[in-house]
Amino acid sequence: MMQPSLAHVLQPKWRTALQRMREERQNGAGKLVALSIVAALFWLATFGILYFVLRYFRGVEELGPLLAGKLLGLVLLSFASILVLSNVVTALSSFFLAHDLDLLVSAPVDWLRLYLAKLGETLVHSSWMVALMAIPILAAYGVIYHGGWLFAPYAVATILPLLVLPAVVGTAVTLVLVNIFPARRTRDLLSIIALGAAAGIVLLLRLIRPEQLARPEGFKNLLDFITVLRTPTSPFLPSEWATQAIMGYLRGAIDPLPLLLLWTTAAAFVMLGALLHRELFAAGYSKAQEGAERFVKGGAWNWMLHVVLSRLPVAKREFVLKDIKLFFRDTTQWSQLILLAVLVVVYLFNIKALPLHRGEDVGFFHVTLVSFLNLGLAGFVLASIAARFIFPAVSLEGRHMWLLRSSPLDLRALLWSKYWVGTLPLLALALLLTGVTNVLLEVKPFMMIVGLVTISGLTLAIAALALGFGALYPQFETENAAQIPTSFGGLVYMMATIAVLGAVIFVLWQAVYSYVRAVYEHQPVVVDSWMIGWFALAAVICGAATWVPLWVGLRRIEQLEF
Amino acid sequence: MIRLENLTKLYGSFVAVDDVSLTIPAGELFGFLGPNGAGKTTTLRMIAGILRPNGGRVFIGDDDVHERPLVAKQRLGFIPDRPFVYEKLTGAEFLRFVAGLYGQEGDAIERRIAELLEVFELTSWRDELIEAYSHGMRQKLIISSALIHRPACIVVDEPMVGLDPKAARLLKDIFRQFVDRGGTVLMSTHTLEVAEAMCDRIGIIQHGKIVASGTMTEIRRQTSSGDASLEELFLRLTGGAELRALAEVLGGNGTAAR
Repeated sequence: MMQPSLAHVLQPKWRTALQRMREERQNGAGKLVALSIVAALFWLATFGILYFVLRYFRGVEELGPLLAGKLLGLVLLSFASILVLSNVVTALSSFFLAHDLDLLVSAPVDWLRLYLAKLGETLVHSSWMVALMAIPILAAYGVIYHGGWLFAPYAVATILPLLVLPAVVGTAVTLVLVNIFPARRTRDLLSIIALGAAAGIVLLLRLIRPEQLARPEGFKNLLDFITVLRTPTSPFLPSEWATQAIMGYLRGAIDPLPLLLLWTTAAAFVMLGALLHRELFAAGYSKAQEGAERFVKGGAWNWMLHVVLSRLPVAKREFVLKDIKLFFRDTTQWSQLILLAVLVVVYLFNIKALPLHRGEDVGFFHVTLVSFLNLGLAGFVLASIAARFIFPAVSLEGRHMWLLRSSPLDLRALLWSKYWVGTLPLLALALLLTGVTNVLLEVKPFMMIVGLVTISGLTLAIAALALGFGALYPQFETENAAQIPTSFGGLVYMMATIAVLGAVIFVLWQAVYSYVRAVYEHQPVVVDSWMIGWFALAAVICGAATWVPLWVGLRRIEQLEF
Repeated sequence: MIRLENLTKLYGSFVAVDDVSLTIPAGELFGFLGPNGAGKTTTLRMIAGILRPNGGRVFIGDDDVHERPLVAKQRLGFIPDRPFVYEKLTGAEFLRFVAGLYGQEGDAIERRIAELLEVFELTSWRDELIEAYSHGMRQKLIISSALIHRPACIVVDEPMVGLDPKAARLLKDIFRQFVDRGGTVLMSTHTLEVAEAMCDRIGIIQHGKIVASGTMTEIRRQTSSGDASLEELFLRLTGGAELRALAEVLGGNGTAAR
């Protein structure tokens, strides 16, 4: 029987992508312009930093190319590790949980085409961000080492197999896992493993303090240092082959072996992956249809929540209870708390590691400045957390709006519940971050009070902005909450929040500066009308940034049609 | 009572519902029929307050759904055609949540939940997550949720889809008893036998307009159709010629069907 071509099997995917792009274009150029600016800024920053690092390396005799090669090896190794993790998670969706699978599996499409189509889909979904990230990095190498225009296609030919290999490995891991556990359990398991691994890497990288390793004086002699640099991380790692291929080309000593190794290994892996797929997919796919979780635990928790919330009106109470239950029963949502905990630890560790109280007497000015700037940084961290947890709140209600809109629920109650369910934990975290940081910095009571009050005001505003922008740019079709913050609306929200943070920090600095000056000049600190005026202005900004987004969000939800 | 006055809905330049007026008094089961894309679901979603009309008004009792939504919706139970529910809640939790949306709680609601789950044979599933429910079980749960606050009017879109024969029969009995006790039901369906057997009056919508409305006898008289069945009436009013053409395509040269 004649088989459909691979392009035919993939047709719905690329046609959908094209249609999405067409719709985006029809919606106006504003979004495209904003995204292009952000992407260009990001690329420029990455390119710029690497350009200066590599230019410095090039100036170092002998060691320069070795250092540049080592750096590229590290970057590519990190990319490959991230890609394996991300492919494992993506393969689970594309091979076992996607909506189009029923159609494809029930159609007379052979196993090889199905495998290649889904492998391609997995590869694109999990690798596009890494591929984009690689462009400015490789461009910097090309520019510094005068790779010429031909370097671009050469780099693509080198990187492509490096993307294929993790996709095959990730897919194979998922295939085996699904045959051992049911798919939905596997998804839960994987999201915890992936987040745990990511958190572990972040923690490890921070705790070993890589900045200390950058000092060559730590090595006994120069020869030791060069030996370490010359040794490849492992001669069997594809990322090492890619590094050799690229650095060889840039040094003008082209060796075809690494490139050949990359391509032949990728081809062999695809073949082995396909054979594994032939053996295991049918059984795994069948198993993936089973195994939804049936029973719930946590009766004591539920009872406690009911008691705590008993004073709320019934509609609000049931809404809050529902939101809390859904959050803790959805592994893709609660597991993000692991990453959050690590983020807090790293944050506090960084503050503790600051050389402010080491031996020499660092001035009161520096401590106050760090404590003050910490407000902005903490605000940024809180904004990122709100993007993860509060921004998707309205989007996640999309499919259930028929129920909420056909019931006599006041939409203000809906927004109220969403706001406080998100804000209260965020506020606790904000106070913890600022309070502990200020204790570590040994700031004076004045700055402690200013810090805690400001971060409280900022948290109320940040949560309102997240909810408001989440309602303005809802993503009703997305099933995975973790994807919602990476949308265009998420970007606009982050920009707006950074603007608010900047405004509040600027305004407060006027007041704090007069306090710092008074203490510095050994004058008594006078809380005068000047200071009060600036504090009041900061409060007005926070108030407006809380009220306006909530009001706009409410209007938007009222107008939404489903 | 449900009353529609000159209800109109546009999607861009496409007129989905075109100046529809209709009154369904208390104690009546009204069947809403029409081909796919005729405007049935859009009309029902406007009555439920989910879609905003471009023109016209919707009354539940004496209250306009879009001007006094909280009061009007207290009297309404809505059953959609696609049952999206909170997968991570249990059946009992979902019903308790819906009751809360209508401001109801306490022992009376707990008893009502137990009663409805019993009627729809979901008692053994009450503490299990909805993600483990079959399509039919979800449909039963949604029907239970529409009845939990004892509404005066029920608006239901394709209620029989996914139900087993026993549950379908049960639902027919429930709706019949509901209207016999003075309730109002507006039901859209494609199952013409169900409509003919259950409904007091029928409305047929085509291209957003009601093309015929009344009892079976009245519609036969309006269309001069003698003693035609509802199926014949429906095909005559909504494009039977197209159906004949379709039959020819499917059976004509005998290759497509093979």
